[in-house]
Amino acid sequence: MSEDLWSERDTNPDAIAEALRDMLRERCAADRALAPARVLNLIVIVDRDWKGEIANRLERVGRYHASRTILCAVEGTRQTLDAVAVMSYDEPTGSTIGVMRERVEIDMGPEQLSRIDAIVDPVLMPEVPTMLWSPHRHDQAVQALLPMIDVLLLDSDDLDEPDAALARARELLRSAYVVDLAWLRTTPWRERLAASFDPPQRMAALERIAEVSVRHRPSSRASALLLAGWLSSRLSWDPQTLASMDGAGLRGGALRVGGEVQIALEPFAQEAPGLAGVTVSCETGFSLSLDRASGGLRAKERSPDGEERTWQVLGASRGEGGILGEGVRQALLRDPTYGPALDAGRGFCR
Amino acid sequence: MSAVVEQVLTGENPLVEGLERLPVHPTILVIFGATGDLAHRKLLPALYNLAHEGALPERFELIGIARRDQPHEDFRAMARESIERFSRRRPDHDVLEGLLADARYIAGTFDEESVYAELERTLKEFDQRAGQQMSRVFYLSTAPEFFPVIAGKLGAAELQRAEKSDTRLVIEKPFGYDLSSARTLNAEVRDVFEESQVFRIDHYLGKETVQNMLAFRFANALFEPVWNRNFIDHVQITAAEDIGIEGRAGYYEGAGALRDLVQNHMLQLLTLLTVEPPASFEANRLRDEKLNVLEAIVPPTVETVDSMAVRAQYGPGSFGGASVPGYVEEEGVAPDSRTETYAALRLHVSNWRWAGVPFYLRTGKRLARKVTEIAVTLKPVPHLALRSTGSVGVQPNQVVLTVQPDEGVSVSLGAKIPGPQMRIRPVNMEFRYGTAFLSESPEAYERLILDAMRGDATLFTRGDEIEALWEIIDPILTAWHEDTASPIPQYPAGSAGPEEADRLLEGGRQWRRL
Repeated sequence: MSEDLWSERDTNPDAIAEALRDMLRERCAADRALAPARVLNLIVIVDRDWKGEIANRLERVGRYHASRTILCAVEGTRQTLDAVAVMSYDEPTGSTIGVMRERVEIDMGPEQLSRIDAIVDPVLMPEVPTMLWSPHRHDQAVQALLPMIDVLLLDSDDLDEPDAALARARELLRSAYVVDLAWLRTTPWRERLAASFDPPQRMAALERIAEVSVRHRPSSRASALLLAGWLSSRLSWDPQTLASMDGAGLRGGALRVGGEVQIALEPFAQEAPGLAGVTVSCETGFSLSLDRASGGLRAKERSPDGEERTWQVLGASRGEGGILGEGVRQALLRDPTYGPALDAGRGFCR
Repeated sequence: MSAVVEQVLTGENPLVEGLERLPVHPTILVIFGATGDLAHRKLLPALYNLAHEGALPERFELIGIARRDQPHEDFRAMARESIERFSRRRPDHDVLEGLLADARYIAGTFDEESVYAELERTLKEFDQRAGQQMSRVFYLSTAPEFFPVIAGKLGAAELQRAEKSDTRLVIEKPFGYDLSSARTLNAEVRDVFEESQVFRIDHYLGKETVQNMLAFRFANALFEPVWNRNFIDHVQITAAEDIGIEGRAGYYEGAGALRDLVQNHMLQLLTLLTVEPPASFEANRLRDEKLNVLEAIVPPTVETVDSMAVRAQYGPGSFGGASVPGYVEEEGVAPDSRTETYAALRLHVSNWRWAGVPFYLRTGKRLARKVTEIAVTLKPVPHLALRSTGSVGVQPNQVVLTVQPDEGVSVSLGAKIPGPQMRIRPVNMEFRYGTAFLSESPEAYERLILDAMRGDATLFTRGDEIEALWEIIDPILTAWHEDTASPIPQYPAGSAGPEEADRLLEGGRQWRRL
């Protein structure tokens, strides 16, 4: 990977934009086999002290890099803008093109957050979607940028209070499409549950689910609520408020046609954020458990006659870098099931 | 009645909405020819990548069948080595071990009844362990002469269908070596399997860029209005390779360029370029439309072959600055071989949309550059008020769809050269996959294996389609086979092909530069 670099202290947005144009023009003139990526702008707003950590997370997203990343670092009493622009590219080999990506780091002060839209706007690539990620809140900046972005990346597992996190996601969803990393942590579980109930004889059991328990890392209760909310919204259940069980999680239920579903969200000690397992039991006596295991999930099925089977469901762990990369990729897609799952998840918190 | 009950009653899984990966029924994949090159380089790595992404069915079992006598553990070791060497991503140890942990191997020749008895026993064992009858996918990755043998033996062992699950047969190319053999093979396969169970692979159809041709045509209002004889002057489809036969003389001597690329990949490209919009992308709707196009291509007669087809062989030349031998000097090639390493055709699609538009196809080995592309040249503007003095002038617009390398689409436009005079030159508007998407395209085999397991035949070739493809090519093969006297035109390795190909282009048209 090669890089071209530009930096300036006490700079302004127009100078940054011009520097990017110059770097692009010069590099393309020098090597016609290079072409700039034109997929996605990503604006990231971070506390200056955590800039390195966030930059490292962004480096680990695999192939899902934004085309232009604008990292705004907010620092103490700073009044001026300092900026660094980096254009990185793989040297083209053979007859294939090399793709260029741009990264801009802007150090700014908290007073500038209320007009951050005017700072960032000239630096954005036109005609491509823009995603905003503000992992350290900075709500003032988020509000200022909402009118000019298409997608908001957030992580509902980041907040201490899951119900507040889901309420915030719901509020933001009114202004932009929301990609929630807590929701993406549930993707393999949703896919496997959907697959498990896909055979016709199993699909019929969806109407007779009696109990759902979701095991989650203590800090990932929002993910657990979203998974329960997803089942609830997809299966037209009416979620009821879950009660705290004094450190043993939340318990309660949801009403469905012809009965009630017992819901339990249980904390489970594990290193990785997200879910640890899920068990769905039906009135028929059928139950299916999926639990995190090396190389995928461990599935355990109990048939109505009591016979048990276990097997491995294959799939590599994406890791938190992979989840963030997936979040960036999702900026180009639209998932119609998140909003209803979010609403149902909030229904369990009322 | 609740919405859930309604969905369940109609067989619609309410949990599937919004998911990118659709459920696949528990499946046992049986690879015939499991120790062969295709399994080694493509199939096993593709399976690993599907497993890595969590895209395989929740229950998946693998059985390999081949002649080599070896225990299960040696097959697993071979598969592990293939995956580690050829996977597009570095394998995760736990996923890889999980995938191969209980992979089974059955040794024997494909006509041995004991092989099928052992296969049946293993299938039953897997079913019993799963507590359900799993789908079966029999993947024929063998030499083509074994296709009817295996299909017949599967039928004799009553493995061609299962009571409570789906059974599918995936057949690699080549499907026949001429029209007659393709018809015979179709008949032999259909003696045992229903057409809906048969998945004939042309891996080109699994490529993202090939599928994008349909999106390009049918998701953009910009192009479809000009996509007809009124606006299009001609089309060139090129599949050029810069390499030679790479030690595959045994295969290539019996195939040649026409069978190797034109009969399948290139005609598929032509079909997707010219097909009418289907009412839906349901497999048979699209394949019906493709068949309509193929049937509108008037096959040459033996007498007209010379005027619409050219063959040639590469002679000595250079590749990457080094001297390379001519085709007949390659190891394993007969010194008097008449196998073509280059083929060019002029075809017409005789229907309302395309009548009169020539389609030029060319393919060859040891050409100047590796490229697969479709270039659609529009007719010139009807009246030009601009002078062309001092410039290359106004050129007809071209739409170029590049399949490889640098997959994408470019559109050439006339634009004014900055300056005091109204001088025009062509400029390009380009879309490149590499710059426009975040995702890496999956290998074609990953998509096709998954589709076969799901029973989605959209990207597979139907039996009548195969025969229609051969009907176009068969007279050319016959004419070339019967002509044992005319000299085969030669082109230097590393060149743009033989001069003789120029005579196919009428009206001052030229081949695009390679």
